[in-house]
Amino acid sequence: MRYGNGPQILHGIDLDLEQGSFHFLTGPSGAGKSTLLRLMYLAERPSEGNISLFGHDVQSLGRTRRAQLRRHIGVVFQEFRLLDHLSAVDNVALPLRVTGIKEETVMANAAELLRWVGLEEKHLAAQPSTLSGGQQQRLAIARAVIGRPALLIADEPTGNVDDAMAMRLMYLFEELNRLGTTVVIATHNQALIDHFGHPVLYLERGALTRIDRRNGEGVPVSLEEEGE
Amino acid sequence: MMARRPSILPLETDGSGRFLPWLTALMVYLAALAIGGAMSLSGAIDRWDAGLAGTLTVQLPRPVDGTPLAAKDVNAALDALRKTPGIVSATQLGDDAQAQLLKPWLGDKADALSLPLPVLVDVHVADGAAIDTDGLQKRLNAIVPGAAVATHDRWLGRLFRVARAIEVTAFAIVALIAVAAVATIVFVVRTGLLIHSHVIDLLHMIGARDSFVARQFQWHAFRLGLRGGIIGVVAAALTIAAFYAVGMMGANGGEQAVMPSLGLTANGVSAAVILAVLLPFCAGGIGLLTARLTVLGALGRLP
Repeated sequence: MRYGNGPQILHGIDLDLEQGSFHFLTGPSGAGKSTLLRLMYLAERPSEGNISLFGHDVQSLGRTRRAQLRRHIGVVFQEFRLLDHLSAVDNVALPLRVTGIKEETVMANAAELLRWVGLEEKHLAAQPSTLSGGQQQRLAIARAVIGRPALLIADEPTGNVDDAMAMRLMYLFEELNRLGTTVVIATHNQALIDHFGHPVLYLERGALTRIDRRNGEGVPVSLEEEGE
Repeated sequence: MMARRPSILPLETDGSGRFLPWLTALMVYLAALAIGGAMSLSGAIDRWDAGLAGTLTVQLPRPVDGTPLAAKDVNAALDALRKTPGIVSATQLGDDAQAQLLKPWLGDKADALSLPLPVLVDVHVADGAAIDTDGLQKRLNAIVPGAAVATHDRWLGRLFRVARAIEVTAFAIVALIAVAAVATIVFVVRTGLLIHSHVIDLLHMIGARDSFVARQFQWHAFRLGLRGGIIGVVAAALTIAAFYAVGMMGANGGEQAVMPSLGLTANGVSAAVILAVLLPFCAGGIGLLTARLTVLGALGRLP
């Protein structure tokens, strides 16, 4: 993968995520983690190779089908990307609104989800910029999961919160994972990775390695290692 | 609870379309004036055409010494006219009628000036009848030397051509205005796309279809176009009414007879009312369609 005529950022990646799996993605800054995540949530087209998602070859799909596929992916962006002209509840409701679901259902789900992530009733109408970093993070998570995604991708979701909040967010992700959502979390937080013990994808200089946590050795990720 | 739907894209408040209603108003105003002018001219031509259709005017000049034409020559010419197949009637205009025709130029004392006027004969032709005007003129010349048959066709035809050219020019102006409107809307929409690129990018990521994003822009453009269109039409209607009032102000009967009537026919008034209602929606429609195509074109470049 390269941007335009720039240097190659990712190369030789052959990654297959099992449905319902939970992975951490880590590696040094500038290794290409965000680019890999962007490829996974269909924000980029690979300059070489293919992406297959939920059994569909993404490149062969039309724009409408690709939009529908994106609805099955929840993304927690590193910088949250909350819209300040909308209230907290309207931010969370956004993924449902774009699908054209009835307004009453949208609002009921959004309010319920905000309570699930621990935001109080008084925060529903608040502008995101008036909320704390942790509250904004939870808002972003609520928005990412409101569409009951089959794949949840989070880019440094605990980067702006204290340890207690980081643990709380991780338990939220685990809860979602138990409900069948495939989770990929990009993080630099080694303590978090060690604490939860999920498989780790290690990215360095554009190459992806799977850390076998049983013996601590890295092996290149391949299709043979994990099933469809 | 809270069963309301906020604007996902804050287009109303971003300032990119702040001047669009006024630009649209100006364009619709100019388009309405161009269309109004063309319709008014078309009405005037139709009235001239209706007034002159199926008529001929025959001039029987006085002899070279200026003495009045002999009654027997006039009667012979009238007989020749009435016997011509296709001519329904031939009536000599009396002195009063001739004086009335000259009044706008010479005033009330036209009849007292003892001018050596020719005898004028108003001829009505049956519908669809083809008169050999050259042959008729030759026959009349044999009775009254210098007799002339005026069919109005030649000058009326020239007038029609000029009028049609003006109409075509008016519609070309309207087309140019539409092109300018499209260019303006494309610019405004692209500015909006840039201002809200972070929102659009997010919508794209969460699975919004291109048509969903386009809808946000297209209805915004429609509302702005409609608003500007209404302002433009109202301003144009006031201007046309003012033109008409100023044109007729202080004109005496004679001047009014000479001045072309630029008012609309009954059908023209109906058409003008329909156009006045349609124009703002056309402006809105152009905005809607242009915005939609612009957004879809821009989003097509996203993955």
